[in-house]
Amino acid sequence: MASNKKYWKSVEELDTNSIVETLQQNEFVEEIPVDGFLGDKETLEASSTTRRDFLKYVGFSTAAASLAACEGPVIKSIPYVVQPEQVRPGVADYYATTIANGFDFASVLVKTREGRPIKIEPNKLASSNGGTTARIQASVLSLYDNMRLKSAKIKGAITTWSKFDADITKKLTDLSAAGKEVVLLTQTYASPSTTRLIAEFKEKYGNVRHVVYDAISESAALDAYQEKYGERGLASYDLENADLIVSVGADFLGDWQGGGYEAAYAKGRVPEQGKMSRHIQFESNMSLSGANADLRVPLTPSEQKVALAKLYGFVTGASVGGKLPAAVEAVVKKVAAELKKAGSRAVVLTGVQDKGAQKVVFAINEALVSKAFNPSVPVKIRQGNDAAMSKLVADVKSGKVGAVIMSGVNPVYTLANGEAFGDALKKIDLTVSFTEREDETSAYVNYLGAAPHYLESWGDVEFKKGHYSLMQPTIKPLFDTRQFQDSLLKWMGSAESYYTYIKSTWSTGFLGATSWNKALHDGVLVKPVVVAEVAEGDVEEVEVTNVSADVAKLAKAASKGLELTLYSKTGMGDGQMANNPWLQEFPDPLTRATWDNYLTISQADADRLGLSLAQSTFFTEARNDANGGLNGTYANVTVNGVTVKVPVMVQPGQAVGSVGMAFGYGRKAGLKTEMQTGVNAYKLYANANKVQEVKVELTDGIHEFACLQLHNTLMGRGDIVKDTTLEVFNTKDAKLWNPKPHVSKDHAMIPVDSPDADLWTSFDRSVGHHFNLSIDLNACTGCGACVIACHAENNVPVVGKSEVRRSRDMHWLRIDRYYSSQDSFNADVEKKDNIAGLGSSLVEFGELENPAANPQVVFQPVMCQHCNHASCETVCPVAATSHGRQGQNQMAYNRCVGTRYCANNCAYKVRRFNWFLYAENDEFNYHMNDDLGKMVLNPDVVVRSRGVMEKCSMCIQMTQKTILDAKRDGRAIKDGEFQTACSNACESGAMIFGDVNDYDSEVYKKKNDSRAYHLLEHVGTEPNVVYQVKVRNSKEA
Amino acid sequence: MKKVKHRNSTSKVLGFCLAFLLAFSTSIFAQGDPVAGKSLFNSNCAACHKLDKDMTGPALRGVAERLEKDWLFEWIRNSSKMIKAGDPYAVEIFEKYNKTAMTAFPQLSDADLENILAYTSEEKKAEVVPVAQAGAGDASADSGMSTDLVLGLLALILLVLAVMLFMVTKTLNNLAKQAGVQAEETDSVWQKFVKNQFLVLVAVIAFMLFAGYHAFGFLMQVGVDQGYQPVQPIHFSHKIHAGDNGIDCKYCHSSARVSKTSGIPSLNVCMNCHKNISEVAATTADGEYTKEFYDGEIQKLYDAVGWDGTKYTGESSPVKWVRVHNLPDFAYFNHSQHVTVAGVACQKCHGPVEEMEILEQHAPLTMGWCVNCHRETNVKVEGNEYYAKIHDELKKKYGVDQLTIAQMGGLECGKCHY
Repeated sequence: MASNKKYWKSVEELDTNSIVETLQQNEFVEEIPVDGFLGDKETLEASSTTRRDFLKYVGFSTAAASLAACEGPVIKSIPYVVQPEQVRPGVADYYATTIANGFDFASVLVKTREGRPIKIEPNKLASSNGGTTARIQASVLSLYDNMRLKSAKIKGAITTWSKFDADITKKLTDLSAAGKEVVLLTQTYASPSTTRLIAEFKEKYGNVRHVVYDAISESAALDAYQEKYGERGLASYDLENADLIVSVGADFLGDWQGGGYEAAYAKGRVPEQGKMSRHIQFESNMSLSGANADLRVPLTPSEQKVALAKLYGFVTGASVGGKLPAAVEAVVKKVAAELKKAGSRAVVLTGVQDKGAQKVVFAINEALVSKAFNPSVPVKIRQGNDAAMSKLVADVKSGKVGAVIMSGVNPVYTLANGEAFGDALKKIDLTVSFTEREDETSAYVNYLGAAPHYLESWGDVEFKKGHYSLMQPTIKPLFDTRQFQDSLLKWMGSAESYYTYIKSTWSTGFLGATSWNKALHDGVLVKPVVVAEVAEGDVEEVEVTNVSADVAKLAKAASKGLELTLYSKTGMGDGQMANNPWLQEFPDPLTRATWDNYLTISQADADRLGLSLAQSTFFTEARNDANGGLNGTYANVTVNGVTVKVPVMVQPGQAVGSVGMAFGYGRKAGLKTEMQTGVNAYKLYANANKVQEVKVELTDGIHEFACLQLHNTLMGRGDIVKDTTLEVFNTKDAKLWNPKPHVSKDHAMIPVDSPDADLWTSFDRSVGHHFNLSIDLNACTGCGACVIACHAENNVPVVGKSEVRRSRDMHWLRIDRYYSSQDSFNADVEKKDNIAGLGSSLVEFGELENPAANPQVVFQPVMCQHCNHASCETVCPVAATSHGRQGQNQMAYNRCVGTRYCANNCAYKVRRFNWFLYAENDEFNYHMNDDLGKMVLNPDVVVRSRGVMEKCSMCIQMTQKTILDAKRDGRAIKDGEFQTACSNACESGAMIFGDVNDYDSEVYKKKNDSRAYHLLEHVGTEPNVVYQVKVRNSKEA
Repeated sequence: MKKVKHRNSTSKVLGFCLAFLLAFSTSIFAQGDPVAGKSLFNSNCAACHKLDKDMTGPALRGVAERLEKDWLFEWIRNSSKMIKAGDPYAVEIFEKYNKTAMTAFPQLSDADLENILAYTSEEKKAEVVPVAQAGAGDASADSGMSTDLVLGLLALILLVLAVMLFMVTKTLNNLAKQAGVQAEETDSVWQKFVKNQFLVLVAVIAFMLFAGYHAFGFLMQVGVDQGYQPVQPIHFSHKIHAGDNGIDCKYCHSSARVSKTSGIPSLNVCMNCHKNISEVAATTADGEYTKEFYDGEIQKLYDAVGWDGTKYTGESSPVKWVRVHNLPDFAYFNHSQHVTVAGVACQKCHGPVEEMEILEQHAPLTMGWCVNCHRETNVKVEGNEYYAKIHDELKKKYGVDQLTIAQMGGLECGKCHY
């Protein structure tokens, strides 16, 4: 039925001649000026360029351009005018040197190509500190940092060294004449030559004070040692002699007292003849050491003190007061009993930053007569003195100091009241800082000395008493830099170089019969420490120091609110390498977060303070974004009136009542904008005390983390990480704790490795080399040195925070970290196996996703598994990935067309796709977009381009080189010669690489060990990477 | 012209020879044998001395006339002693030549020294100036012209024939018209072709095959630079060095033995010889390049390395050679693997370098070319302990006597691409 109703949209429409009518008539509101160029027919026709012509030109020029591109570019080759004798283009040279930057100390080998250092490797001749950590591996990239200070500066203006020297020498002479005090504020050098040099400098200028300052202080332990043994140092611990290691707050696998304990620790952790060491950890933050412990007891810092006091009481039988939760007290009692039982094979370590606590530990170890406790060989790599430093700060503020000469320190950044110290420095006329970059302190000093990187410097280090190591330059200084020590020599009027100075220190001191060249070649020299002969009778009378006062003090420790423990991250350390993109993108072993620091907090505390985000659901995004990216709330953290706004990360295992935060972030000065990440935790480091009482409250904003691992538990899938206890391992058959998976064929179960279960016909690999990599989950501490070693060896690009958040990280080697959902992984498996029925599975699978409050932790390095029956190879449409006879799954990048089918089909998710061109791209302004940064690239490995899949090659360039060297020498290859970057970097010996066709090889034994299993074995991919079942010594001895 | 003169005056030549022989014979008795002297000179003195040019030491032609024989003998056997003793001329020479002490030659006997001096006393031979090849050039131009002429004549004849044919047709047509003969209206060949669909189809297929073949050929040679022969900043002749003088490739390209790159020799390697060779022998310049040209190129080396004829100035400018052989970055190639382990001759891939005046890329350097060789070549296992076990086992497995590289796994992608 027709309707005569009139519908109108607006009142204006009813009005005739309104604008609405005009609009109804015209498609466009304004007239489009097409007539301007189309209306004039004449001009169009007169134009010599018709549309067809135009298209012809376009077509022709495109064709011409593409044809011209077919012409190869002319490449110039420029040889040396005079080729240095040691350099042979294409052949790598190795030099032994030492890193000693005040925080990291190690004897290393440097691989150089055509005169440029490209990789750091451990010096296997070194008897101490010969391992490399992630930071030490990454330090080579800091050499090629374009933000380094390139020449000396006076008041911000570039100057020459001669002017620099003349000014300073004159001022020093004047100050010396006026009797004013000159202060040398340096990092820990632990260098015999520098010590001698500073002594001579003191002699020359009279009123000189030398203050050693560590950004992260170990002063309490040093004071305790000094008080007891009369020398400034740290007791060394030989952990390979310990069957029972009890640590109270000491992250000895991290940076505790300078680190370097990993190798010795790992040695005892591999079960041999049914025995392995037992490790008990009391701590508040979840640390690497805690993650590796057999028994981990989360305690707040004040509870740790009480626990330590009680431990002392139970071990020595003294009565100790103090309050602990009953459950904890029971554990402490049991631990004490274990300690007493293990006797001299036990050791106690502590990271409690309190002189009394350190003394109590000495007393416990003495009472145990611990063989692992070795105070006679003091460790020298931390020498900072809090008291001296705070006195200096006061003196500078009160104007008592005439000059401050700094080297290797950045106090304005690392002091809690850094800016105030900086302002005080400004009032002093002669302020000098030797630094590698224009850091936070540089803005406050008048004279900036451009310091060279350690790979450009001479030096020597005494790690422990009698354990010497030499530092030699491996490249000519890239910039106009000069060492602090050379400058001191200049200012003393000496014409000598620091090199000859070191040489004379060594030859007159401890070199002895060893030649200088041999020492330099080896990089290390060990002189046995002569221990004063102790008569037999005296041993009985060794006086156990009376520490009852200290114990009583410890026992009284208590805290009102939340306690913050500041710690150093495996990646960033004290923050001096913050401009290193490898370290920024290095995933923290525990949180797996990159490019950030954060406040770690327990789930209980987070819930209590409203800091926890709800789990994302199908409809809502909260904890995770749609792309999976992890989100966090922000909290205001207040210490003594100083407040910082920090993102919050819930950390399973964090002691309730405690929070943690990492040093080293929040730097701005001298850093690329991309590297200016995180929050400066030193602002909360009041009185150089890493434990602070804090107020934490929720504040607005949501933080976006770049976290590599979004699923934290194994969900009871015990076949990914096989985990058992020492008791079961010793008493039960391997079939029980390391079962071979069976699959069903024709309704009968057959083992997965039987030929009937295989899709593929097997290839005979019995001839020639067949490479396998064995990864021992017992020895792996999760330190991540292998991750960075892989970066350096294989030119792995850095992609930046936002790409990591999108799960487009390029790490060829990742270390998966899993938490247990129940108290142990075995309990998870049990729970999963007992799930029955719909109701139970709906509830309990969900529960398994949540890690426990104090979970077991396991680290599992995963790289390409080099499957003999690889699922990726089968699906590549262009056969870009194929299998080699030697067991490597080979990836031909130039053949890859980027379908990513292989990555989808890979069971282990180890393939990485180049979403972008990461080299020479301003969007990825990291080392590959920098002429200097590119010098670190390994010339034997291709830099992959956009649209190409890449993955671990099992360092085929290294295995091929080993084979070629043997062929050239006409000899067979010995076991141990084959290495990959990761296995070579692995200090703990968790990664063993080699040829399984060599039946005498280590890896052959590992492969056929009862603990050996493959990842996702039931898939039937037959990987060439073998894992060893993790065994926990969880039952008290 | 000179040649003609010589040839005509046979008597003069004979006379000269006689005089030379006489002089020669007298010199044998009086001073020694210049022929023996020459070889002694070349082995002992030539590193620092030339006959006619100052080098590290002074020019030596006629030195026996300039100085007393006894003084010379003493100087040669122990110059530093004389300098220490303060002999004025000895000191003067020492000062003049950058205070470089001359190597002492106590091992040379009197007779040896006599021979050397006899050699230095020889008259300078007139330089044999290569006869300009104007005549030869003319001749070749002549022959070129004659072929051109023949071709031209042939073309002309063809043209005349074509014109004649055209005229004949025209005349015949005219005649036909006049005679009233009605020529049949037939389709032209083109129209017939277009109407025949089968032919069109065949032609199109043939054209597509042809175009496809050539397009493929074109694309396959993109990036293949076989025959690439760039102009180098210094005209370095491999023919003179490796060919005429027989210098081993690996003398200059020494890193080929141990490294993945063969290495372009650094300039100090050039100067090992060229410190003493500042000009080419007259006979070298017999081709298309003159002696002046070659000497100029040696001068370029001196400029680059900063050698002013007697000493290094320290002002060097590296030579920017144009790279001839260029593998893409994604292919790994190792020289030492081929040169040292396999014992492949350099020429196998680089061609007859010793005949190349200007170096060119001999091989295509394509993957097919590499793979072919790996398929055909046997692994060189003799005396190499590395191969002992694997070779025996693989021989059994494949049932062959000798394994090719391919059978050893030399065709796997990852062996060259990583």
